[in-house]
Amino acid sequence: MDRLRIPTVTGIDVELRIAGPGGRSLAFLIDWHLRVLLALGWIVAAALLSRQPASPLSSGGTVGYFAVGAPAALLYSLYHPVLEIAMRGRTPGKRIAGIRIVRADGGMPSAIQLLVRNLFRLIDSLPFLYAVGLAATMLTKQAVRIGDIAAGTLLVYDPDGDPALDDTRLLQGVERLGLERASLAVELVARWPELSPDARAVLARRLLARLGKPPDDGREPELRERLEALLTLPEPRS
Amino acid sequence: MSKTARWIESRLPAWREAARQAEAVERGRSASAADVLGVVRAYPEIARDVAIARALAPSAPLTRRLERLYLVLHRTLHERPRRLPHEIASLFLRDAPAAARALAWHIVWVTALFFASATAGAWLVNQYPEVVGLFASEAMIEQVQAGRLWTDGLLNVVPSSVLAVSIFTNNITVALFALVVGIFYGLGTAYIVGMNGMMLGAVFSYTAQHGLAVRLLEFVAAHGFVELSVVMIAGACGVSLGEALARPGHLRRAEAFRRATKRAVPLLVVGAVFLVGAGLIEGYVSPSPAYPFWARLAIGFAYLGLLVVVLSGALERLVRRRRRLPAASGEGPAQMRRVARN
Repeated sequence: MDRLRIPTVTGIDVELRIAGPGGRSLAFLIDWHLRVLLALGWIVAAALLSRQPASPLSSGGTVGYFAVGAPAALLYSLYHPVLEIAMRGRTPGKRIAGIRIVRADGGMPSAIQLLVRNLFRLIDSLPFLYAVGLAATMLTKQAVRIGDIAAGTLLVYDPDGDPALDDTRLLQGVERLGLERASLAVELVARWPELSPDARAVLARRLLARLGKPPDDGREPELRERLEALLTLPEPRS
Repeated sequence: MSKTARWIESRLPAWREAARQAEAVERGRSASAADVLGVVRAYPEIARDVAIARALAPSAPLTRRLERLYLVLHRTLHERPRRLPHEIASLFLRDAPAAARALAWHIVWVTALFFASATAGAWLVNQYPEVVGLFASEAMIEQVQAGRLWTDGLLNVVPSSVLAVSIFTNNITVALFALVVGIFYGLGTAYIVGMNGMMLGAVFSYTAQHGLAVRLLEFVAAHGFVELSVVMIAGACGVSLGEALARPGHLRRAEAFRRATKRAVPLLVVGAVFLVGAGLIEGYVSPSPAYPFWARLAIGFAYLGLLVVVLSGALERLVRRRRRLPAASGEGPAQMRRVARN
């Protein structure tokens, strides 16, 4: 997967993984469902309200147009530009997919850039199901659609946050295992609840093997206990 | 305790504080000056920590965590200040006029194409009236044949507010579309401009055959000048995108395309704002029999004049004169001192 290299004035460059068609499609599908639900929800709510005899919506006409049709259309069509500006290059779908819009230099895109990339959805959505946009993300080096090329933006993986490392364990583990191995072990323990049982068992066994503690056929809780034991300093002798 | 553990222990509070300050500053205006200064100070310090962590353990989660913190600090420090009122003012006063100057010849050519197409459409319908069906709906043709315009009694069918909103929404969509289809090497834009021109010429020619052309002119007089001008401008922007792709010069095509889009956007935003006004005029003034022809012409020319004032840069000169600010270039230090004194 291609990476976006961000040069900085200190000479310490940082790299971000560029989101490909898969990550982008996932984010788009989530957002598409959300905006359809929002627009439909508005229409259904307005329809329910219009059944009340005293409701101004029951008269239809201009009030109905401004209270039902226009807001639903606005919710659907302005979902992306408004949320991308408000959420600083993200939407709920992008957030769930762990991706973010950035400028080519890694910075936050301006409101105009975000508007431009959304304007070109008119082209990217042609002829149906975003075929042009999808083809562009598959064919371009940085997996960008036409709107991104026009705006000078791209999508990178930028998850909300790594799981917080247990600093006390890390400090203790560094003493015995060194920084690299200790922080791997700490991260595995921290992510233990969110990993599937099979995945965490495999990872724990591999890590224990790397740490020179050959794994036995111990069950999951024992594997975790062994990892935690490695990260804990022995009690100082009195 | 090892050196690495001591280093981590000594730096942990600074990392936590930098993360807090970066989050506060990234959130916006509520950040304190101390937080901002803290971010500025932390930036090189965290850069050094990233370098140390990479040397010790390149792929460790701690290194990733520090890189992430460094990236947030970098992004926060290098984000352009958000001054929305200033940016909007700049859009109308400087960016749009500059783009209009840069695209002046594109506007001339697109306008020429539009009028050539309109002439062709008018000639075609004049010679072969039966082809009007290509340009107008059956209902429109029937009404014209009955001696009425399709705009007659429009307000009896649709309220002005709905009419105005639907008109400017449609016009803005057309303008945006005229821009984006410029990506097909300008041919998409040329097609849209040409078809709109032919349609206008054909419809005017057909109404003229039934003695309704003056009434149609009366209807479009108040809103039509600006509406058509903005479509021409959007068309010019679209053609410039196509030109950037066809003749990128010394730039890569993608870069030339990006620059052309960036140049066109201010012009399009200003055009969209004017289309909202044109839609309101078309919804409230044009279908109303209360406005005589001269009043419609006056509104149409005044609104067009306003568009010209904005796009010619005259508005900026006016604002500068009122504020007694020097022009963007070519003014001497004496005037700068005078401004400073004022």
